[in-house]
Amino acid sequence: MNDAAAVHVHGLAYSYPDGSHALRGVDLDITAGERVAVLGPNGAGKTTLILHLNGILLPQAGEVAIGGMPVTKANFKEVRRRVGVVFQDPDDQLFMPTVRDDVAFGPANLGLPGDAVEARVHAALDAVGMDGAGRRPPHHLSFGQRRRVALATVLAMDPQILVLDEPTSNLDPAARRDLADILVTLPVTAVIVTHDLPYALELCPRSVILNDGAIVADGPTADLLGDAELMAANRLELPFGFDPRRT
Amino acid sequence: MSGGHGHSHGLHRPGDSVVHRLAPQVKVAATLGFVLAVVATPREAFWVFALDALLLAAVARLAAVPLLVLARRLVIELPFVGFALFLPLVGEAPHTEVLGLSLSEPGLWAAWNILVKGTLGVAATTLLATTTSVPELLCGLDRLRVPRAFTAIAGFMVRYAEVITGEVRRMRIARQSRGYDGRWVWQGRAVAASAGTLFIRAFERGERIHVAMLSRGFTGELPAAARDQAGRREWAQACIVPLVAAVAAATALVAA
Repeated sequence: MNDAAAVHVHGLAYSYPDGSHALRGVDLDITAGERVAVLGPNGAGKTTLILHLNGILLPQAGEVAIGGMPVTKANFKEVRRRVGVVFQDPDDQLFMPTVRDDVAFGPANLGLPGDAVEARVHAALDAVGMDGAGRRPPHHLSFGQRRRVALATVLAMDPQILVLDEPTSNLDPAARRDLADILVTLPVTAVIVTHDLPYALELCPRSVILNDGAIVADGPTADLLGDAELMAANRLELPFGFDPRRT
Repeated sequence: MSGGHGHSHGLHRPGDSVVHRLAPQVKVAATLGFVLAVVATPREAFWVFALDALLLAAVARLAAVPLLVLARRLVIELPFVGFALFLPLVGEAPHTEVLGLSLSEPGLWAAWNILVKGTLGVAATTLLATTTSVPELLCGLDRLRVPRAFTAIAGFMVRYAEVITGEVRRMRIARQSRGYDGRWVWQGRAVAASAGTLFIRAFERGERIHVAMLSRGFTGELPAAARDQAGRREWAQACIVPLVAAVAAATALVAA
């Protein structure tokens, strides 16, 4: 196995208790510093794959390693420090009474001392342009603000790999733009699961297509999006009038 | 997913008065002390209740909470008042004649006791809720060593109350949009089905929240709130009110 890989997934298979096969042998290697989009239709297994990257689900077959460290029960703490997952619904992620408390939750779980936690909170909120919102309850924020705070809660853990599940869903165009501007400045390896194909093209030089529990294509984003046959076969469709070769 | 606006801020009225700035744990403790003093006061000691009411009015004045606002919030007490008013009608002898009605004397005393103590207690807690935000209150309870499980559950409740009522509202609108008017008993089935769906959704959300917490290294122990200790001065300031009420109550007890 490749020790240099930030993310190494080999032969990963998983089926849910009801017998449905979510993943049937996924191979994926991501180098440190890469931004990779994971594309695919609903039910392809994208979320199941994400949950394997930080050990919420453990492989039934195959292996997952983060920076050379296998994802096993003994390594949960370190793996969850290295891999930050931003979930699709910020209301699932933000559960504390104030924004500050929520951003402090991760660093406090890492066992950092109080002043270090404060410094992390400050830096993370600053990175997403939400500094000054620390005392506000999450449910008083707009949806776009909540999405950015959800990102901050993960950034505060100083992850090496950032995993985003549908980061643009339900965002208005301006909030979508704000988020992209933040994401390109972050010096991390990023895995972005999305149906927003122009977003994938803009942010991720490389994409993989996941369909029916397996990676069916892996290459430069522009090439994948430009392959009409491949796109149609995987229930992917570009927005009307969008030409990936002309952007 | 609803936007974050159009939400209620609850009872809290933001401000920058001495009362607002006091540490929450100090305010919670002072309120509890005051309520205990009121409850301990003998019901015949009218002057003590008058003093207690004056104390609350003074705190409201300091906190710049208009008495009218406070009075309007006392409305939640009404069901209890209704019960209290019932007592003189059903109480035991001796009876006394008031405006042509034969009322029980012990019943009148019991009604007065409930009414005055209830009103003072509700007014004190309303003042607390008006000058302290919910996160501050939870933080104050935490600093008073209330078990973390309790404050965490209360925190989740406050955090997700609006998310869940939002879901209820959207489901109702979706029902109505398909021609449902919910006027007849046999239409109750749709509401019951919605309640079931809501339960499943809330349960699933709980699971997703738990997964998101695990992803950030949650191991079963919620981190403590920042433990800013309140200074001696703050405690002294806040203790004036319950202390005066307690001394007055004690005096009345001794005199009785």
